[in-house]
Amino acid sequence: MKSITEQAAWYQSVFDALEKSLNGEAQSGFHVLRKKALNRFKEMGFPTTRNEEWKFTNITPLATTPFTPVPAGTVARIAPSAVKHYLIPEAHSLVFVDGHFSRDLSTIGEMPDGVIVCSLAEASRRHAALLERELARHAPGEENSFVALNTAFSLDGAFVSIPDGVRLTEPVHMLFLSTGKPQALIPPRNLFLVGAEGQVSLVETYAALNDGVYFTNVVSELLAGEGALIEHDKLQNESRSSYHISWTHIVQQARSTVTSNLVAMGGSIARSNITTVFEGEKGLCTLNGLTLAAGTQLIDNHTTIDHASPHCESHELYKAVLDGKAHGVFNGKIFVRKDAQKTDAKQTNQTLLLSDDAVIDTKPQLEIFADDVKCTHGATVGQLDADQIFYLRSRGLNLLQAKDMLTFAFAADVVHRIHVESLRERLVSLIHDKLHEGRISS
Amino acid sequence: MSTATNTIEQLANREYKWGFITDIDADSAPKGLNEEIIRFISLKKNEPDWLLEWRLRAYRHWLTMKEPRWANVKYHTIDYQDIIYYSAPKRKARPKSLAEVDPELLKTYEKLGISLQEQERLAGVAVDAVFDSVSVATTFKEKLAELGIIFCSFSEAVQDHPDLVRKYLGSVVPYTDNFFASLNSAVFTDGSFCYIPKGVRCPMELSTYFRINAANTGQFERTLIVAEEGSYVSYLEGCTAPMRDENQLHAAVVELIAVGENAHIKYSTVQNWYPGDAEGRGGIYNFVTKRGKCIGRNSRISWTQVETGSAITWKYPSVILQGENSVGEFYSVAVTNNHQQADTGTKMIHLGKNTRSTIVSKGISAGFGQNSYRGLVDIKKGAANARNFSQCDSLLLGDKCGAHTFPYIEVRNNTARVEHEASTSKIGEDQIFYCKQRGLSTEDAVNMIVNGFCKEVFRELPMEFAVEAQKLLGISLEGSVG
Amino acid sequence: MLEIKDLHAQVNGSEILNGVTLRVNAGEVHAIMGPNGSGKSTLAQVLAGRETYDVTKGEVLFDGKNLLEMDPEERAREGLFMAFQYPVEIPGVSNTYFLKSALNAIRKHRGQDELDAIEFLQLVKERMKLVEMDESLLNRPVNEGFSGGEKKRNEIFHMAVLEPRLAILDETDSGLDIDALRIVADGVNKLKRKDNAIIVVTHYQRLLNYIIPDYVHVLVDGRIVKSGSKELALELEEKGYDWVKEKAEVEEAR
Repeated sequence: MKSITEQAAWYQSVFDALEKSLNGEAQSGFHVLRKKALNRFKEMGFPTTRNEEWKFTNITPLATTPFTPVPAGTVARIAPSAVKHYLIPEAHSLVFVDGHFSRDLSTIGEMPDGVIVCSLAEASRRHAALLERELARHAPGEENSFVALNTAFSLDGAFVSIPDGVRLTEPVHMLFLSTGKPQALIPPRNLFLVGAEGQVSLVETYAALNDGVYFTNVVSELLAGEGALIEHDKLQNESRSSYHISWTHIVQQARSTVTSNLVAMGGSIARSNITTVFEGEKGLCTLNGLTLAAGTQLIDNHTTIDHASPHCESHELYKAVLDGKAHGVFNGKIFVRKDAQKTDAKQTNQTLLLSDDAVIDTKPQLEIFADDVKCTHGATVGQLDADQIFYLRSRGLNLLQAKDMLTFAFAADVVHRIHVESLRERLVSLIHDKLHEGRISS
Repeated sequence: MSTATNTIEQLANREYKWGFITDIDADSAPKGLNEEIIRFISLKKNEPDWLLEWRLRAYRHWLTMKEPRWANVKYHTIDYQDIIYYSAPKRKARPKSLAEVDPELLKTYEKLGISLQEQERLAGVAVDAVFDSVSVATTFKEKLAELGIIFCSFSEAVQDHPDLVRKYLGSVVPYTDNFFASLNSAVFTDGSFCYIPKGVRCPMELSTYFRINAANTGQFERTLIVAEEGSYVSYLEGCTAPMRDENQLHAAVVELIAVGENAHIKYSTVQNWYPGDAEGRGGIYNFVTKRGKCIGRNSRISWTQVETGSAITWKYPSVILQGENSVGEFYSVAVTNNHQQADTGTKMIHLGKNTRSTIVSKGISAGFGQNSYRGLVDIKKGAANARNFSQCDSLLLGDKCGAHTFPYIEVRNNTARVEHEASTSKIGEDQIFYCKQRGLSTEDAVNMIVNGFCKEVFRELPMEFAVEAQKLLGISLEGSVG
Repeated sequence: MLEIKDLHAQVNGSEILNGVTLRVNAGEVHAIMGPNGSGKSTLAQVLAGRETYDVTKGEVLFDGKNLLEMDPEERAREGLFMAFQYPVEIPGVSNTYFLKSALNAIRKHRGQDELDAIEFLQLVKERMKLVEMDESLLNRPVNEGFSGGEKKRNEIFHMAVLEPRLAILDETDSGLDIDALRIVADGVNKLKRKDNAIIVVTHYQRLLNYIIPDYVHVLVDGRIVKSGSKELALELEEKGYDWVKEKAEVEEAR
């Protein structure tokens, strides 16, 4: 499957098969969107490194593998005990296995009036009008192969809707589990609608029960109403042979506050894109990210903050710890549009290279068209601070302990910004494990 | 705010001071580009066969290339067949002294404030003046020759020092390098050549002035500077161009080679080509490839540029840091006012151990100007303990301009340390008010604040250039602060 | 020298100065005191020509000339100086270079010859002593990285070099410890002459222990509600601003 034509033909055949299995649903309005998206995907094909956005991330292994969605009837049955470990006890949980919603594994508690937390498939039956209005209206499917591919094949995902003025105290956790089935295409589609002054914490977790060459291609759209307060956490801990490509598209209305925390540590090639657009004034956006990569992993994070309105503030902190032969990529774009006066944007990107063979390509990027703005970015690449190591050693730690302590502190800085407590605790132990693994393998 | 804006606008409306056209008969090739034209140029310049062959290879390669479009600049398509590739002032023979030089030409220089006679008498500056495509006069040559320094026009170097030219031409910027470099390699007409032998510190600043004069003449200079072990040279390049409505293409190539241990080349540019009028008509398209290579241990190449002119600037003076402990530096001030666009920056390619680079870029945008910093810090696998520090600051004057930063950082060695900082700001109203409260006019306040913003770059310029640069900055920004 | 008549000023539509009337003669020191938000700093800024404020009514004459028609730099060149409450940082511009440009602009306006570098340096060295300024501050960029006290001292140093006819000190005492306060005040006192005048804008009385005012005015809600001799300042210190406020309200009620 080397050529674009072959790739297009493959996904057309997969789509034809999917269409047959859809029965009556193939007549729905959403299916029209799917068809359009497939055609758009076929026109564009997978991006190559000649595309500036993919300059450092070669996805040939992904593009040349023939992936297929896992048919609903064939999804493996998983015992609740096998899942428990991944759950967040204080959260409402929606569990998906190989892309399909599992009612048995999910636990959705009582909801305040008007709050909807369910699978997208269920929502499409019960809240069709709402979906019709918002689904696939925000993420850039026209110009983006992976968004188009997701739109073409997505059948399920999470749907969360918080009405105006409602605060959901417990987090909503979406757990996307893979069984590691080879060549499985897992295309979840998530839609989060938060009304004016609404509040919610959303957690997306991607994990695998077994290793395998599968491909998660997820798109999430998050709409933050006026004055909404939202935390969006994502833990990407896919299996080591898998591919993970995700697009999170956030639209912020006036005075809304969105905090996005991303921890990316899984996959053989993983690319996360987070875009936020300020559609109203006085919005606040915080993007925090942590990449932990070892072995031959390639982890790529792209972020875009679009200051399309005046008086908005954004803070971004992306860190990476790279070990073994890992390859890290960061591209952080900040746009300040023509009339977005009084913008305050700050971006920081820091990379620690732990081994001789780890590499980083980083490109912080500012594009500014308004004059009354405060925009800064800083990027550093390096090793642990020699003075700090010496200080710890002078207090009795050995070199390895000192390095471990400082590396952990560097990484944990991002994790500490997460407010969902048990997720934070889980991440702390995952980081410990991951750093340990890196050290042994290098 | 309003008063400040008004003053700035008044300032902006000042006209380009250097827009006059010298009336001299040109000995020109017909418009257009083909192998015949290249042979014509080569013949005119009495070049050896190997150089003609090199030009032709470049031309054939160029034909296979596409004009790059990745830069953050917009301009009308260039018709490469509508350009005159050779235009030399007519003259009887090669001038042996200034007395033989066309008085019209000398007057032009006087208007520019660089009278050659005066320079020769008073200052310690040797000027190799390039008028359109052919070098007109070279001063101080004899004094330099006593030290073994070769400083002459590129054409002379081809005649008098063919081995040196052949050895180094294209060794840093090969004819296949990029679209504009290939075009230059095929059609370059003249430029400067400089060779500093082992252990010699060039006692004076070497300087070249370029002028684009004849209408529709592309300017394709080629500069080659070679510094041997333990030598030092400071080279100044200043550019102005008269006013013209059509956009004129300027595609130069500059190669610097710090061959030996401790060789140091300092290259300073003040670029003030015609930027076009207030509506964005006319102005120079400046597509320049400048690159240096530090081969020797502890060698050093410093680029300092003040870019206030041109309608389009596309320019990335770079350093390949090959020798251990070698140092690359890039200090830049780029100003875009009215409809000017600049996409400029540098590449620091770290190959050797303990190599260090510093990048300081100050972008100033006013009017509808668009200013982009584009830079690459590339730390290759073998560059243990490499260090880079980059600082890119943008200053916005007015709300119709733009400032953009595209830094690429690619690190392949974990003992390297790279730091990049960028900031964007505007001149604060409180700063202007403070200056005014102490009795300064808005114009002086803006000049003072902008010059303060650029200070780290100006202090890298040789004294007399720094003064000129500050003046130019003030003139370029006339009419810009809000 | 300065005559303010029924001055009204507003910012973003809200009235800050509500009819200020004040006369300052050569050789006098006036103190303007008042609670936070009373309009003290606004008055100083309006006199210096800050464009953020709109003058809606009233008149200000400076040596008989209409001050409000002048640009800020014209006022400065005519001899009006304001020591900023928050002195502004100007990166990359050295303090001496800045001050020399300012002084020469003012001298040119007065029809005097510009000072050359050597003359200027002599002047600067002499005036620095007045405020016990560290010489290193001369070559540093204007106010950049200065401590709060250094900034205030630098303002008085500018005043010493520029020799204004009228100096307005806007809360020059804020952020100063007692030693710095004394140095700054001593500097100001040494600059006091028969032919110049000083307006001290302050919240606290303590600066007035060092710079003795001839008159004290209390500004409340954008108007001078009480004027008196230096004893008024002591009374205010003791009884607080509420005392004058209440009195003013009572008087208004009548």
